[in-house]
Amino acid sequence: MNTLEILFFALSAFAIISAIMVLISKNPIHSVLWLILVFFSISGHYILLNAQFLAIVNIIVYAGAIMVLFLFVIMLMNVKKDKEPQKQLWVKLIGVIAGGSFLTLLIALVKQNTSFQGRDVLLKEGNIGLIHPLGVALFTDYVVPFEISSVLFLSAMVGAVIIGKK
Amino acid sequence: MPIEYYIFLCLTLFSIGVIGVLTRRNAIIVFMCIELMLNAVNLLLVAFSKMNYGAAKLISATTTAGIDAQIFVFFIMVVAAAEVSIGLAIIVMMYRNTHSIDINFLNRLKN
Repeated sequence: MNTLEILFFALSAFAIISAIMVLISKNPIHSVLWLILVFFSISGHYILLNAQFLAIVNIIVYAGAIMVLFLFVIMLMNVKKDKEPQKQLWVKLIGVIAGGSFLTLLIALVKQNTSFQGRDVLLKEGNIGLIHPLGVALFTDYVVPFEISSVLFLSAMVGAVIIGKK
Repeated sequence: MPIEYYIFLCLTLFSIGVIGVLTRRNAIIVFMCIELMLNAVNLLLVAFSKMNYGAAKLISATTTAGIDAQIFVFFIMVVAAAEVSIGLAIIVMMYRNTHSIDINFLNRLKN
């Protein structure tokens, strides 16, 4: 077991434990903080895959902007942890069983698919995740979707202001 | 690293998101679980891009195979940021009208 495998399994265990803690925390603020840890471990996975640009963007956009927005809204509403009504126990149980069978089904499908067997992911090598190749591709082949996304942001901004103003 | 490990990790994270959507009633937690599912898909896209890049690099050393997937992940993040701003505005408006963020309160739409 080399260093990369140890890092992969440590980051994976960290991500899964934090994701479970998002679900079982009673306090919404704790859920947000655990979700930030999930995003940091996913950024660690991106760095392991040498996708440095996506790792930085993931930290800036998700852990930096979106999660702060969530925290801001939760603190604005002042949601108490005992005020949240719980679902009935059998509804929760059915939810967990449905999600677990979904996971089992997909794992069984992947296990018997022969096109995934023996394929390896290239770790820590390759320069396609660096800023220069991604920037060249973004501003030559994908410049039209890039401009359209600015229109999307403008409409999202106008929509958020209109909904929030009331 | 075999691709199956990445697939299993991402499937687990996605299923945790599904379970969260099915079992919680707080609208903000449900929204956060959707973000978790989006991130699991992003990680799987990057893993597949590096898998195809590793296969194409054996044929030509200067290939850019797999760069499309990373651009796609970038656009998913863009759309997710726009979606979060609108979704949180809707949740704030709903809290202002009903003084609750319970999603079961929203079933008035079905009548």
